[in-house]
Amino acid sequence: MTHDSVFPFLTVLVLLPAGAAVVAALVPRNLSERTARLVVSGVGLAGTLATLALAITITVSYQAAGGGYRLVSRHEWASSLGISWHLGVDGISLFLILMAAVLFPLALVSSRVHHQRRAYVAWVLLLEAGCMGSFVALDLVLFFLFFELTLVPVYFVVAGWGFVRRGYAAIKFFVYTFLGSAFLLVGIVALAFIHEHQTGRLTFDLVDLTATHLGLASQVLLFLAFTASFAVKVPIFPFHTWSPDAYAEAPVAGSVILAGVMAKMGTYGIVRFDLTLFPRAVVDLAPLLLTLGVIGIIYGAVVAAATRDLKRLVAYSSLAQLGFIVLGTFALSTQGLSGSVLQMVNHGLIVAVLFIVIGFIYERRGTWQTSELRGLQRGAPVLAAVFTVGMMASIGLPGLNGFVGELLILLGTFLTHRWWAVVATAGVVLAAIYLLWAYQQAFHHEPDPQSPTTRDLSWREGLVVAPLVVIIFFLGIYPKPVLDRITPSVNLLIHRVETATSTHQPSVATGGSHPGTPVRVQVGGSP
Amino acid sequence: MRVLVLGAAAGHLALPRIDYYSVLPELVLLGGALVMLAVSSLMRRDLRSSVTTGLAISAGLASLSLSLLQWFQVSGRGGNPHVTIAGAVVQDGFSALVSVLVSCAVVLSALVMDGWTRREEVMGPELQILMLVSASGAMIMGSANDLVVVFLGLEIMSIALYVLAALNPCREESGEASLKYFVLGAFSSAVFAYGIALVYGATGTTNLPQIADYLARNVLLHDGLLLAGLAFLLVGFGFKVAAVPFHLWTPDVYQGAPSPVTGFMAAIAKAGGFAALLRVFVSSFGLLRSDWQPAVWVMAAITLVLGAVLALVQSDIKRMLAYSSISHAGFVLLGLQAATARGVESSLYYLFVYTFMVIGSFAVVTVIGGRGDRSHDLARYRGLAATHPLLAGSLAVLLMAQAGIPFTTGFLAKLEVISASVGAGSTALAVVAMVSAAIATFFYLRVILFMYTPTGSVLLPAPVGVSTPGSVSGDEGAPLPVGAGTAREELADPFAGGVFAGDLSAGASPASAQGVGGCDVQPAPDTRGDGFGDESDALGGEREVADNAESYPADDDDLFLTGGIASAIALCVAVTVLFGVWPAPVLDFAHRAALLFLPH
Repeated sequence: MTHDSVFPFLTVLVLLPAGAAVVAALVPRNLSERTARLVVSGVGLAGTLATLALAITITVSYQAAGGGYRLVSRHEWASSLGISWHLGVDGISLFLILMAAVLFPLALVSSRVHHQRRAYVAWVLLLEAGCMGSFVALDLVLFFLFFELTLVPVYFVVAGWGFVRRGYAAIKFFVYTFLGSAFLLVGIVALAFIHEHQTGRLTFDLVDLTATHLGLASQVLLFLAFTASFAVKVPIFPFHTWSPDAYAEAPVAGSVILAGVMAKMGTYGIVRFDLTLFPRAVVDLAPLLLTLGVIGIIYGAVVAAATRDLKRLVAYSSLAQLGFIVLGTFALSTQGLSGSVLQMVNHGLIVAVLFIVIGFIYERRGTWQTSELRGLQRGAPVLAAVFTVGMMASIGLPGLNGFVGELLILLGTFLTHRWWAVVATAGVVLAAIYLLWAYQQAFHHEPDPQSPTTRDLSWREGLVVAPLVVIIFFLGIYPKPVLDRITPSVNLLIHRVETATSTHQPSVATGGSHPGTPVRVQVGGSP
Repeated sequence: MRVLVLGAAAGHLALPRIDYYSVLPELVLLGGALVMLAVSSLMRRDLRSSVTTGLAISAGLASLSLSLLQWFQVSGRGGNPHVTIAGAVVQDGFSALVSVLVSCAVVLSALVMDGWTRREEVMGPELQILMLVSASGAMIMGSANDLVVVFLGLEIMSIALYVLAALNPCREESGEASLKYFVLGAFSSAVFAYGIALVYGATGTTNLPQIADYLARNVLLHDGLLLAGLAFLLVGFGFKVAAVPFHLWTPDVYQGAPSPVTGFMAAIAKAGGFAALLRVFVSSFGLLRSDWQPAVWVMAAITLVLGAVLALVQSDIKRMLAYSSISHAGFVLLGLQAATARGVESSLYYLFVYTFMVIGSFAVVTVIGGRGDRSHDLARYRGLAATHPLLAGSLAVLLMAQAGIPFTTGFLAKLEVISASVGAGSTALAVVAMVSAAIATFFYLRVILFMYTPTGSVLLPAPVGVSTPGSVSGDEGAPLPVGAGTAREELADPFAGGVFAGDLSAGASPASAQGVGGCDVQPAPDTRGDGFGDESDALGGEREVADNAESYPADDDDLFLTGGIASAIALCVAVTVLFGVWPAPVLDFAHRAALLFLPH
C-alpha cells in the first residue's frame, strides 16, 4: 500500500544475501582449489559486506520520530491465503538488523572451514537472508516463513561443520524449535481467522491484525501459543535444553549466529508480536514470564559456575543474559523495554566476541577445558585482553555496553516488579563470580607447558574482533544515539499496551510523561 | 457388447446417451493401455521399454491436456457442473483437478518405471499398462457422481494396483505384499459395497446429488441405517487412503511393491480415494456432517500421531515413507473434517502437491535401491551427498517439503489444511497436526543427516585443501549447496562414523568406524564421475547386505540412473520449489476447483 521510499531497501536487504547464497552455491566446481576458495570467500564477504552497507544506510536514513514502521514495502504474495510481502523497520528491529549485519561477515571470516567452503558460505548467506527477513517481516506468515527457514541452514551448518556430537545437536535443535513453531503457526492462523470473522477479510498482516478485538481468554491462549515458540527459540528457562548442545557443537560461525542473532529472533518475536497483539494477556501473564526469566538468570549462572568447558560456560551465561532480556521486556516499562532491546544488541556483540575468541583458542589448543588451558595469558596476552573485554561487558562493567542494558533493565523492572529485580540483581553478582573463576583457571594459574608457546592473535584475527571491541566500548560510553532511535518505538508499544489494559507505568520510567501515577494503577474495566 | 444385445432383446433397457467427451481423459488412458496390450500381443518380440514408456507418456500427456481443456471449459461455464451418462459422471472443477493430478502422476511414474524396467531387465509392457488402467480408475473416482461409479473406479484402480504390487519377480516380498494388499483391499471393497447397499436402503438412491437432495427434503427419524452405511463407506475409504486404524497393510505393501509402483500407488490411491471421499462426504452427506465429523476428527488425530510416531522407529526407507504417507493422509483428513469449501480446497491442494513429493521421493528410492530393488536400508543413504550430490540434494528437498519447510509446496499445503481446520473451529486438531509434523521432521532429517554425513570437522583441522585432486565431482548447479567430494576426508575423521553409529544405527557401528568407504551397505563408489551412474565396481562384492543373504551382482554399486528417472526427479523438485516460492497458480487452481465443486 504505502511505499515511503523509492528504493526497496528492506526487500533488497532480504534478497541480497539470498542471491549471494545462490551465487556461492553455483561457483563452478572445475576451478582449481585455490581459485575456488578465493572466489567462494569473495562471494561470501561481498554478500555480507554489501548487506552491512545496506544496513548502515538504513540506520543512517532512519527517522526515529513517532516510532512507527519505516521503509515499508508491501506486495501481494499469495492473495488467496491472505499472505503479503510486507516489510518494515522500526526502532526495535533497526539495531537488530545492524547487529546481525555486523556479525555475519565476522562470523564468516572467523571460522576456518577446511572442506566444502562453497556449501558453508552458501548456507551462512541463506541464514543471513532468513534472519534479516524475520526482523523486517510485518506479515505473520511471512515472519513464520523466515523464522522457520533459518532452521535449515543452521541444521546443515551444525551437522556439517560442527564438533563431535554435531548430528545429535543439529537434530535436537531442529526438532525442538520446530515443535515450538507448531504452536506458533496454529496461533497465527487462529488469530487470522478471528480477524476474518470480525472483518470478513483473511489477512496475516500485523498492522491489520492489531485491530482485532480479542477476549481475554483467547488472548491468553494465543499468547501462550506464540510464546511457546519464541521461548524455545530464545531460549527461556524450561525450554532451553537444546541450546547448550547446539551452541557447543556448532562451529564458531554457528555459535555466533545462534546465540548472537537467532536467539534475538525469539525475544524480538515476543516484543513485536506478543506485546503488540496480546497486551492484556501480556500484562496478566507478565509475572509468570518474569519468574521464568529470573529462574533462567539464576539457573544459567549456577550451571555456568559448575562447568569447566569454556564454550558451554558461555552457552549457559548466554542463557542468563537472555533471562535479563526477558525480564526487561515483561517489566512493561519504557526503561525496561528499551534496556531489553538494547541488551539484545549488546548480548549479540558480547557473545560473538566470546565465541570467536574461544574459537581462536580451540584452533591453537584443541580444547575448551579450562583445566587444560591454564596460564594462557602468558603466551597470548592480546587474546586474553580481548576475552577480558567480552567477559567484563558480560558481567556488566560500567563503561562497557553490557552495563547500560542491564542497568536499564534492572531499573525498569524495579519500578514495576520490585522483587524480581532484586533477585535478578543476584545474577549480576553470580556472573562476575563464574566468569572470573573461569578466567582465572584458563588464563592465569601456573601455565600449562603449552601455554607460553601459544600463538597470540594474528593481525587477521585481530581485525575480526577489533570492530566488536570498538562497538562494545562505544555503546558502553555513548549509547545515546542508539537509545534515541529505540525509545520512540518502545514508547509507542508501551503506550499501546497501557491503553489496551488501562495500566500505567510509574512516571519515573518515562521521565514524567504520565504525571500523577506513581505506582501501577489498575483502573479497572476492559476496553 | 453382450449388454447391448441383451438390452436390445429385452427391449426396455434404455441406454443412456454417452457423452464421450466428458470421459475422454479416462478413455485416453484406457485406450493407451489397450493399444499397448494389443501391440504387445501381436508382436513376436517383447516391446522395447522405450516404446511402452513413450506410449504411456503420450497417453498421460494427452489426458493431461484434455483435463486442462475440461478445466478451462468448466471455469468458462462459470462452474456449473456438467452431469452426463445418466447422472453417473460429473464434470466439474473438482474432477478436472483430479484428472490433471492423475495425468501428472502417470507421466512421472511412467518415467520412473522406465528406468526401473531397464535396470531390472524386466521385459514386457505390463507395468505401464496396469499403471494406465489404475490411473483411469482413480480418475473415474474423481468424476464419479454415483456411489456405484465410485465403486467401479475404486475396483478398476485397486485391482490393477494389486497386480502392480506383485510385479517384482525377484523379490518374494513383492508377491506377499500383493497378496496382503489384495486380501485386505478386497475386504475393504466388500465393506464399501455393503455401505453402498445400506445407503441405498436408507435413501433409495445411489446417485450422489439425489442423496443430498433426499437428505435435504426429508428428516430421517430413524437414521441408524444411513449412519451405518456412512460408517461402512468411511471404513472402505479409510482402507484406500491408509488412515489409521485401517492402515495395517500400508507398510508391508509399500515395502514389498516395486519402488516406482509404491510412489505411484501412494499418489494415486490417495488422490482417488480422497477425491471420492471428499465428494461423497462433503457434498452428499454434508447435512450429516455433525454425525461424521467427530469420527473423522478422531481418525485424523490418530492417523497423524501414529503415522509420525511409527515412522520414527523404521530403518527401512520405504517403510518410513509408508508411515509418513499415513501421516500425510491425516493432514488431508483435516480438510475433510473441516467440511467447508476451504477444507476441500486445502485437501485438493495437499493431494496435488503431495503427488509430486511422493513420486519424486520414491524415484530417488528406486535409484538407490539398486539392482533387485532391495537395498532400502537407511544405512545405504550414508554419505550419498558425497557421491551423488544431485540425487541427495533432490531427496533432501523433497523430504524437507514433506516435513513442511518454508518456501516449498509442503509448507503451503500444511498451512492450508491448518487454516481450514482452524477456520472450521477444530483448533485442537490443528495443534495435533502441527505437533505430529514436528515429530515427523525428526525422521525426515535423519535421512538427510545420513545423506550428508558430515565430514572433516574442525575437530581435526586437516591441512587446507585436503580434498585430493579428482575428488571434486562436476555437479554444477546442484540444487542444494552442499557439495561433493568428501568421502576421503570422512576416512580421516574417526569421530564422524562413531557418532552416527552411536546415534542412529547401532547395527552399522563396526563398519562405520572405518569411515564411509568401508561401511557395510554403503554404495559409495570410489571414483567420482558426473555424480550419476558412474561406472565403478571398485568396492563391489565386499559388502554384505543388511537383511538379505543373497549376494548382489558385483556392479550393484553402480546406481542405475536413466534420463527418464532423472527428469522425473527434476520435475518433482522443480514443481515443489517453484510453486512453494510462487504459490499463486496452484493455490488458485485448488481454490477455484473447490468453489466450483461446492455451489454456494
